[in-house]
Amino acid sequence: MAARKFDSKALAKGVFSILVFLVLWEIGSRSKQWIALDAFSWLRDMLEAFGFRSKYLPWIGAIPAPSAVLVAWKDVLFDAGYWHSWYMSGARVFGGFIAAMLVGIPFGLALAVSRTVHGIGFPVFELLRPIPPLAWVPASIIFWPTQELSIAFVTFLDAFYTVVINVVGGAKSIDVRFFQAAQSMGSSKADIFRRVILPGTLPSIVVGSAVGMGITWEVVVAAEMISGGGSQVGGTSGGGLGFFIWNSYVGGSYEQIVVGMISIGIAGYISSELLRHFGKYLTPWLRLR
Amino acid sequence: MATTETRGAIRIEDVVKIYDPDGAAVMAVDHCSLDIAAGEICMIVGPSGCGKTTLLNAIAGFHEITSGRITLDGEVLCSTDRPKSRPGSDRVVVFQNGALFPWKTNLDNVAFGPIMQGKLSKAEAREKALSMMADAGLNGVEHNYPGEVSSGVRRRIEIVRALMNDPKVLLLDEPYRALDSLTKSVMHEALLEIYYRNKVTIFFITHDLEEAIFLGHKVAIMTSRPCKPKKVLTVDIPHPRDYGVLTSKRFRELIEETNEAVHEEAVKAFQSGEKEG
Repeated sequence: MAARKFDSKALAKGVFSILVFLVLWEIGSRSKQWIALDAFSWLRDMLEAFGFRSKYLPWIGAIPAPSAVLVAWKDVLFDAGYWHSWYMSGARVFGGFIAAMLVGIPFGLALAVSRTVHGIGFPVFELLRPIPPLAWVPASIIFWPTQELSIAFVTFLDAFYTVVINVVGGAKSIDVRFFQAAQSMGSSKADIFRRVILPGTLPSIVVGSAVGMGITWEVVVAAEMISGGGSQVGGTSGGGLGFFIWNSYVGGSYEQIVVGMISIGIAGYISSELLRHFGKYLTPWLRLR
Repeated sequence: MATTETRGAIRIEDVVKIYDPDGAAVMAVDHCSLDIAAGEICMIVGPSGCGKTTLLNAIAGFHEITSGRITLDGEVLCSTDRPKSRPGSDRVVVFQNGALFPWKTNLDNVAFGPIMQGKLSKAEAREKALSMMADAGLNGVEHNYPGEVSSGVRRRIEIVRALMNDPKVLLLDEPYRALDSLTKSVMHEALLEIYYRNKVTIFFITHDLEEAIFLGHKVAIMTSRPCKPKKVLTVDIPHPRDYGVLTSKRFRELIEETNEAVHEEAVKAFQSGEKEG
């Protein structure tokens, strides 16, 4: 991994690519306006030949333009409810994520270290793992006393699986030479656990948590949509970003749907970036290579 | 470091090792006997995969033997009755691909052993590690991670880490295999220098005959699997040696004397298609 320095060229490229994307999107969305011009009659004919009867570019013409999205965003920017949605989703993600780490890391280590735990725990784990978290939504709404807990549980689940799988894989892939070297220098079993297995697994824990964090965002949004908003704190705004999107859809505000989607993108990016930095801090020996 | 004549004498008596992974018994070591005097550099030469490492693993306590006996200064390490010796800091291994902990700085790697054994506090161990690294010419890399220094430097650090445990025997498993020949020559002189200062017994596995004769008091040429000494050669070139030895007449003569035996075994190993290892 190369040391990351501030790279103005890379930044310029990034900004450029986002700008090009926005411009193309804007042009596509406004196709209703410019495609009506006589100069584009050939394009209309071509679309008709392909079976498209609408008077705008297929698919993209039906999407609100970025400029319209920006306006809609400006409208909710000072709305406490919008930020409360951020807060609710963020709290659920981090709650579920931290719970997954707290339970998943020790469980994964136990699976890797103890044959007994592996023998008893792993089959059940592997049996439950293929069940998608969203399939748990109805069951967890029934099982958990509050809707908040059921969302938290579903969010927790997939991050938990990811963390456990990575911890087990990481611990198992530690080179046997490290154990032998530690042994021949007089390390006890506890020493080997603390000074070989733990640090040797750390890179996998970091990777697993980054993947887990991404999954957590996916799941929380879907869970919020399905459960219809979770807790009723703050009225409809208590539902988080997932419910924000769903609510906008039901209310027919297509611009707000996109606002919600982009908000999730930004939130996910921020959480991954936070995690990356924390991960680098935990594994300094990988940063320097 | 105090050195007595009885420190680190290894006696391998009639050791047999049969691997039996899936019913097909494979004999890796066949009634192998070898005497290594205290403070001697004994070089074990043989083709890849001949079972040299099996012998080293038995001494180190990583693997069991099937029968026979290995003693260290008269004390039984392993025998037919107790096939696996306990790994201990009196016999430290330097591994083929290196086993410095990548997550510890070089200094903390070197300081590791005495802290584990409870011999020194963390601060004392670090102080000793610093001075030993300085003695070995390893200045300026103490606070780097192993991943940041060259493989030659890593190997030297690993040898210093082993010596920190004040071992009777240093077990080296082709430590310079992955190095280029120029780095190798530097490493050889560095190893000898460390040896002259510490006088531990060295059990050194290699498949490089020149390396073996340059470094060793004794060179044991092993047969291809199953492994046992085919020819044991006493190198009568006086220590301390330096790189001038390589061009000396006696060195050339010894190479000629042994080359044939080594080549024979290499051909045998090649024909039997043993995999590297």
